[in-house]
Amino acid sequence: MKVAVDQDRCCGAGACVLLAPDVFDQRDDDGVVVLLDGQPPEELHALVGEAAAACPGAAISLGGTA
Amino acid sequence: MTNTTESATDQEQPLAIPAARAAGCPFDPPPALRALGERTRLARVRLFDGSTPWLVTRHADQRALLADPRISSDITRPGFPSSVPVQQARIGFIFMDDPEHARLRRMVTAPFTLRRVAALRPAVQKIVDDLVDELLAGPRPVDLVQAFALPVPSLVICELLGVPYADHDFFQVHSAVLINRETTLEERREASDRLFGYLERLVGDKLDHPGDDLLSGLAVRVSDGELTREEAAQIGVLMLVAGHETTANMIALGTLALLEHPDQLALLQQSDDPGLVASAVEELLRYLDITHNGRRRVALADIEIAGQVIRAGEGVVLANDIADRDPDVFPDPDRLDLRRDTRRHLAFGFGVHQCLGQQLARMELQVVYGTLYRRIPTLRLATTLDQIPFKHDGSVYGVYELPVTW
Repeated sequence: MKVAVDQDRCCGAGACVLLAPDVFDQRDDDGVVVLLDGQPPEELHALVGEAAAACPGAAISLGGTA
Repeated sequence: MTNTTESATDQEQPLAIPAARAAGCPFDPPPALRALGERTRLARVRLFDGSTPWLVTRHADQRALLADPRISSDITRPGFPSSVPVQQARIGFIFMDDPEHARLRRMVTAPFTLRRVAALRPAVQKIVDDLVDELLAGPRPVDLVQAFALPVPSLVICELLGVPYADHDFFQVHSAVLINRETTLEERREASDRLFGYLERLVGDKLDHPGDDLLSGLAVRVSDGELTREEAAQIGVLMLVAGHETTANMIALGTLALLEHPDQLALLQQSDDPGLVASAVEELLRYLDITHNGRRRVALADIEIAGQVIRAGEGVVLANDIADRDPDVFPDPDRLDLRRDTRRHLAFGFGVHQCLGQQLARMELQVVYGTLYRRIPTLRLATTLDQIPFKHDGSVYGVYELPVTW
């Protein structure tokens, strides 16, 4: 799984950090998403998938299966 | 028969919203609205001004539309289905589109990140513990709204914004006018002017004596020319009103719902599991869905739903209260079940306007629901359900008073 984030679309709601804090973080000054791990381990794939679905700004995209 | 029903539906008068809740069912959405949702995914409804925007009933459709760039939050656009007459003078960023919305929202996002909210938890726990101490030392019965539900979020948002809590009577009274959907345009204009003037003076004070709070941060941006003083004050009004009215109503109405569901209350009282408390918060957000006006938007382009077309320029109401009772998403939706998976509720909205303060609200409610009923295990109503004044006239639902004893 490859994860990408679009910081321009992020509205700083924090949904992704709540679900997968090992993969996503927020910038301190404006809450915009920071990607910590672009290729998370398999045990986190389900949560990362949920984070992408839960993102209100559709700022998280997932690609690949490796 | 089918044809007759369909043509009768076509000729039916659009349902006037807000529709009334059923007597004796204060936690459930209006029956007429739910009946509409059972019949159709998209229907015309009638607003106070006679306009007839579309109402979207299903969870999946609402979620898709709220994230759709062809939908606008710009309240100044013709066709926008406002819940009350619009004051054009001052518009908060919740009624703007990107990029202007994002520019302003990002200026005030920092205190609401998960990290900052988590760091605030011990201070909120102290506020809640102190207020419970006062309750226990004070007279019985007591109105839980005034003695607890309002002070918790007011104290928190005052600290966060840098607003003196001593002024709480002033801003609570004017906030209440602003979020009452039956007050007149004149009354709301005056309340808005008073709050705006108050915040504008505070921003001025922060320009001279900056502190470590949100208004000071805005004042710095005013000094730097990024923001006008008027914009800063307007953001302050939005934060202050949104910061205490919503959470206060979730505390009082949530307590009432739990008292009416003793088996669920017992779960909270008997568990040490923070996961259960967190899940209880989500379920009460879903079940109560206090922003019962629905999300309001206007279409920027033609959008097809269920074989019908919302035309560009037409208003759209997304009724989150019935979406959160959609049985396709939440099985047995009318049951309050603190252990269910409620993550997809729309109580905070969806799309780029999703509630900025949601992590703060979650944390405050987790502290409250995890503390109040354990420290006062015999808490009970000091009246009967039918005597409780509900905020049927509020743009945020709740109770005006909640007399309790123990």
